[in-house]
Amino acid sequence: MGFSDADLAAIWLTLRLAGITTVLLLIIGTPIAWWLARTRSNWKGPVGAVVALPLVLPPTVLGFYLLLAMGPNGPVGQFTQWLGIGTLPFTFWGLVVASVFYSMPFVVQPIQNAIESLGERPLEAAATLRAGPWDTFFTVVLPLARPGFFTAAILGFAHTVGEFGVVLMIGGNIPGVTRVVSVQIYDHVEALEYAEAHWLAATMVIFSFLVLLALYTLNPATRRKQA
Amino acid sequence: MSSAIHARFNLHWPGFTLDVDLTLPGRGVTALFGHSGSGKTTLLRCVAGLERAPGGYLAVGGEEWQDGSHFLPTYRRSLGYVFQEASLFPHLSARGNLEYGMKRVRDAMAGSALDHAVELLGIGTLLDRRPDQLSGGERQRVAIARALALKPRLLLMDEPLAALDLKRKQEILPYLERLHDDLEIPVLYVTHSPDEVAHLADHLVLLEEGAVRAAGPLGELMTRLDLPLARDEAAESIIETVVAGHDDNYKLTYLDFRGGRFAVGRLQRKIGKPARVRIHARDVSISLKEHRDSSIVNIIAAQVQELAPLNDWQMVVRLGLGPEATVPLLARITRRSADMLELTPGKNVFAQVKSVVLAD
Repeated sequence: MGFSDADLAAIWLTLRLAGITTVLLLIIGTPIAWWLARTRSNWKGPVGAVVALPLVLPPTVLGFYLLLAMGPNGPVGQFTQWLGIGTLPFTFWGLVVASVFYSMPFVVQPIQNAIESLGERPLEAAATLRAGPWDTFFTVVLPLARPGFFTAAILGFAHTVGEFGVVLMIGGNIPGVTRVVSVQIYDHVEALEYAEAHWLAATMVIFSFLVLLALYTLNPATRRKQA
Repeated sequence: MSSAIHARFNLHWPGFTLDVDLTLPGRGVTALFGHSGSGKTTLLRCVAGLERAPGGYLAVGGEEWQDGSHFLPTYRRSLGYVFQEASLFPHLSARGNLEYGMKRVRDAMAGSALDHAVELLGIGTLLDRRPDQLSGGERQRVAIARALALKPRLLLMDEPLAALDLKRKQEILPYLERLHDDLEIPVLYVTHSPDEVAHLADHLVLLEEGAVRAAGPLGELMTRLDLPLARDEAAESIIETVVAGHDDNYKLTYLDFRGGRFAVGRLQRKIGKPARVRIHARDVSISLKEHRDSSIVNIIAAQVQELAPLNDWQMVVRLGLGPEATVPLLARITRRSADMLELTPGKNVFAQVKSVVLAD
């Protein structure tokens, strides 16, 4: 036995989706986390709640509205059509956009917590030592909040690997384009190919376990506590 | 130039108001002194730009740092800041911390000046350690060096000793005293400790509930009877003297000032060197004649300038020493003695000083 070509394509697609989503989320999520960690604005609550919505929403609900928004008559869809790139549903990049929303809280919250726990003082000290805001971010915040970024990247990646409902709503089930591992497993089970389903499912279990193991043992924050 | 720092700040927070308009000298240590909640740290943070006081004004050495719409961010201000807790970057070694700021200013300390600062603060052997391998006192010394190495135009210190225990305080105080003699730049030093004021300050800004109660030279403010310092149980006078000579037979050192001469226990200090002494008000008594038949060594001609009741049985008296009675000295006496000696402003008396303590 082992993996069929279709299985391998699904694995590769999943890893690519999760990788790109994680990188995008670190870029998009960091400023959001920074703002949430440091703002005194009244918008902190509403924005924080919106970011956290995917934690509690059924993925199908999220996927349904994303589908509408990105569809030909949705605002995002109108915009992408105006750009001349068509509509996003049932494409790989549609999945990426959906995954970014879906995994957002898993990236934003660890970074936000890490920045909050830094407090004002290191930033103030850096300012009195002539470091501007960007300089401070890269030479003080990033090194000191590294455990938070590490956790964010791993959780964002793992959570994207595990998504199912959103993918079905946005991407459907197009081999090599939108058929990720979780959907492939579903297909195997539908077709009563339990052995094939086992291979992929067990791989997911092992993968998830290894990811969490890495999180708990490699994370500098937990390691420091043990030392 | 004597007016190197001009600061005007107005802040209104719920339950707190800061309202100051100050001109501070361009050299020496100015202590911002007051109880907690008096606004001294907030004032310092406003000067640093860490706190924004809209509509405020700040000029340092002729350079405007804040004025109406214009606000120079902290990282563009030529200042050094020492926080109450050392606030070293935990991910950098002591050397990394020291160099963090130096890399970011054009004319940071280098070569012998840097070596001198490192030596002055006694951190030469600590540079390769990480902050968590340093004691509280060591961390604070590194933090002071880190601020000094920028060669700032203004040094701001926010209770740098307050977070340390007595032993660590005594470990750092000598370094700060050496700094005080060495530094060419103005220092704003926030403290609530009269002891640190006596050791380090040249000028004093007395803050009360966010407002300036009084500001001026230390010796003057400590002896003004309308201010709380002179009425405190531990009230004292500070007098700047110069080592005039030594008596190796009796193991004494003579300290001269504009009003006379003190004799103190033999000091290991060269003739001509400055020495700051502090004299407790309770160690000063007053007599009408110059008693030669007393064991008290330091008897100095003085003039009564002002008297104020301290409680129902004690008075505090400000004496002026020297030919023009310009050097103030506090004495605490009983109300009965004041009546018996018929002390009134202008009366010539003698101050008998039981104890003179070196304060630097």
